[in-house]
Amino acid sequence: MKPAMKIEQEILIDVDKCTGCRACEMACSAFHSLPKFSSINPAKARIRVVSDEIRDEYVPVFAGNHTKSGCDGRHVYTLDGKTYSECSFCRASCPTRDFFIEPDSGLPLKCDMCESTPALEKPWCVQVCGEEALTYKRTEVPREQATQEVSGEIEASLQALMKQHGMEAVIHHLKEMANKDR
Amino acid sequence: MRYAETGYNLEIDLSSGSIAKVPTAPDLAEAYLGGQGSAAKLLWERVPPDTDPFSPDNLLIFSTGLLHGTPFPACNRTVVNTFSPQTNLMSHSLFGGFFGPELKYAGYDKIVIRGKAPDLVYLYIHDDKVEIRDATHLRGKGTTETGDLLKQELKDKRVQVAAIGLAGENRVYMASIDHNHASAARGVGVIMGDKRLKAIAVRGTKSVNVARPAELFEMSHKIHTKMAESSGCGDWMAVDEDDSFHHNHFAWGNARTRRPGYWNAELQERWTKLKYDHMDRQTGCYNCPKKCRNVISWPGRQRFGYKCYGKDTYHMAAFLELDFSYDILAVAQEYGVDSYSTPQVIAFALELLEAGILTDKDFPGMPADSAGRFFYLLEKIVRREGIGDILADSVSQAAKRIGNGAEAFDHNTTKKFEQLPIKLGKLNPAYFLMIATGEKMSITQIEGSFPQDPLPTEEQRQEFVDKWEAVPDQKFKEYFLNWKKRNDISDEATCDIVDWNEAMHYIDDSLGFCGFVSSFRGQFGGDVPYHINNIPQAIALATGFEMDKPKLWKNFQRIRTLIRAVNVRRGLRRKDERPPEDHWAVRDENYEQQLLSKYYNFKGWNSDGIPTRATLEQLDLAYVADDLEQRGILDKAEAP
Ligand code: SF4
Ligand code: SF4
Ligand code: SF4
Repeated sequence: MKPAMKIEQEILIDVDKCTGCRACEMACSAFHSLPKFSSINPAKARIRVVSDEIRDEYVPVFAGNHTKSGCDGRHVYTLDGKTYSECSFCRASCPTRDFFIEPDSGLPLKCDMCESTPALEKPWCVQVCGEEALTYKRTEVPREQATQEVSGEIEASLQALMKQHGMEAVIHHLKEMANKDR
Repeated sequence: MRYAETGYNLEIDLSSGSIAKVPTAPDLAEAYLGGQGSAAKLLWERVPPDTDPFSPDNLLIFSTGLLHGTPFPACNRTVVNTFSPQTNLMSHSLFGGFFGPELKYAGYDKIVIRGKAPDLVYLYIHDDKVEIRDATHLRGKGTTETGDLLKQELKDKRVQVAAIGLAGENRVYMASIDHNHASAARGVGVIMGDKRLKAIAVRGTKSVNVARPAELFEMSHKIHTKMAESSGCGDWMAVDEDDSFHHNHFAWGNARTRRPGYWNAELQERWTKLKYDHMDRQTGCYNCPKKCRNVISWPGRQRFGYKCYGKDTYHMAAFLELDFSYDILAVAQEYGVDSYSTPQVIAFALELLEAGILTDKDFPGMPADSAGRFFYLLEKIVRREGIGDILADSVSQAAKRIGNGAEAFDHNTTKKFEQLPIKLGKLNPAYFLMIATGEKMSITQIEGSFPQDPLPTEEQRQEFVDKWEAVPDQKFKEYFLNWKKRNDISDEATCDIVDWNEAMHYIDDSLGFCGFVSSFRGQFGGDVPYHINNIPQAIALATGFEMDKPKLWKNFQRIRTLIRAVNVRRGLRRKDERPPEDHWAVRDENYEQQLLSKYYNFKGWNSDGIPTRATLEQLDLAYVADDLEQRGILDKAEAP
């Protein structure tokens, strides 16, 4: 039997190729405006280019998950003789910086890979990146493998929760949630 | 709702400390666009012609282009206008990067600054929060250094900063305003310094709306893709390692010495290696797929970026090599001085020393070698120390102050402004008119749509015109097809060509487009993404105005004529419209003056270069005619 397939999308980032132009921010914000393309506001983009001309730092970052509190400490990376602060690589929408927070509503922003119907051939940020600092990869993977990956993730998360709150509390909550859903 | 523009200017009075967000008239942009166009209107209305550039009543205006902030690519030139103490005329300057779009996202089309702060301040704009803040701790700091310090101080890496360096603080006439690695020259840094404004830091998180979104995005994306793929736009000089053009054809030293066979293969290989050994990357400006700026990291210096001819000016003035330019550019950028005029000022001073007009006493402690002398004089100029205090007033004004025959060494200025060091044989009629009548001061800001020289064969000319989308009218194709010798072209064609070249710059500088994708680039192949045939559509989709080619052309003429009137009111006349006497070896005063008269006539200006009432009325500038008549600049009898 042919295994069920699932699409996996990746955006590959080559920081050495980035010119810092921020066309990716422009396009992302335009695509997500309502109606589509009606307004432009890089502060609403789900990608940000962290740039620093003096230190030659150019890092495109995609909006990931929201976090309620910022990190306790900061790390500074030195790569190839250049320094980058940890936040340059961090994808979180985090209260310690105004990245990935919708300026009007204060709600967190997250990259949705330009999900739309019909699906785009490539996400907008990739389409406008003239330098190919951003490239898009789409691969089909068997769903089983995908399911295995997901169940691994769920197990790890549940174990973490149980470690913190105890098994009973977790089971209790799961039951409650299941009841609510019904 | 206002589309493309925000509908607000930020008005700052540095003397009183007042800050106001002022709505602008809704029909203003339709007639004057944005950028330089609407700035000229403000300067006309609000700065009386007898205002000294150093008066608190002089305005310093930072303008966004009308299309800044929209999806149109390479639309990011911030326009700075004021009155210059060097020329006493309107200063016009541009810088690339991110500042203008950011200002628009903060909710403003312009920052209009008057008055003078009691001591050094900076302006902080974060959307509706606007503050004039103390900047005494930034005194003497470099331009990009200031940007970096402000980002730290404001805890926001995304603020965009435009700053002056020591040169601006000390009111050096060649001072620039710098933003990252982009720079606005030609007389604006001195006024920012005079107003005691060290920097402007802006951060915007608001939206810019466009009138017809789907169509606009389709159009802008097509242009974006074309730009990314085309070698016909952007700055090819950023990667073309063969720079024989400037080195063999432009003049070295104080714009005098040609070295026709200078360039060779060994040099090219050595310099290419030098460049790539020190280049970190190439960067671009906001929302543009090109990367015109080479960013160089030179040992012991701050990183700097350069474009096109900017890497040659210092070593050519000093008769040295590229390594010297790299070394001094890093320093000059932080001091914030124009890399076109400053080397000429220094070379001029050294010529005066050689001629005995200045003596060793004027240069105490100056090293004997050329590099050492350039660094020495740069230091003196930016600090206004000793002879530097005089040189800081630029070549023309310094020559006057020095006297004793120094004026004869001021051979490369027009309207008291240093011109590119180009010395040629036979006159190119269009270039004669552009340099003579140009009010953007540098030929690079005036030329560019029509090729500089004819192509040698008929096939080449045919091939060129076949793909020439940018022409406003078929007649330009005819002109080019029939053009065989540089100085052999009809006066009628010359007037049309100059007009078209100018038109594109006035349009770009009002909309915010970069010349490398529009006004400047067509001459090198004709394949530019923006031109008079598609820009009206771009304006219409973004703003919702009705716009077509005749209307846009009229807008250009209106803006162009208004700027002429602004300068005429400050004394500009025919006698000032002279290219450097040695620009061409072969001159014909009679022919040139006839051509100039024809051009004035073509423009609807009188024999002294002043727009007539009929011309002004036809361009809806009757208020200008009234004013010029009232002042006796235009004869009342001239009315139709
Ligand atoms: S579009 Fe590409 S080159 Fe431009 S800033 Fe984004 S990632 Fe960098
Ligand atoms: S993939 Fe789409 S949503 Fe995600 S950052 Fe790029 S443009 Fe924005
Ligand atoms: S073409 Fe070059 S100079 Fe012009 S906006 Fe683009 S990157 Fe900047």
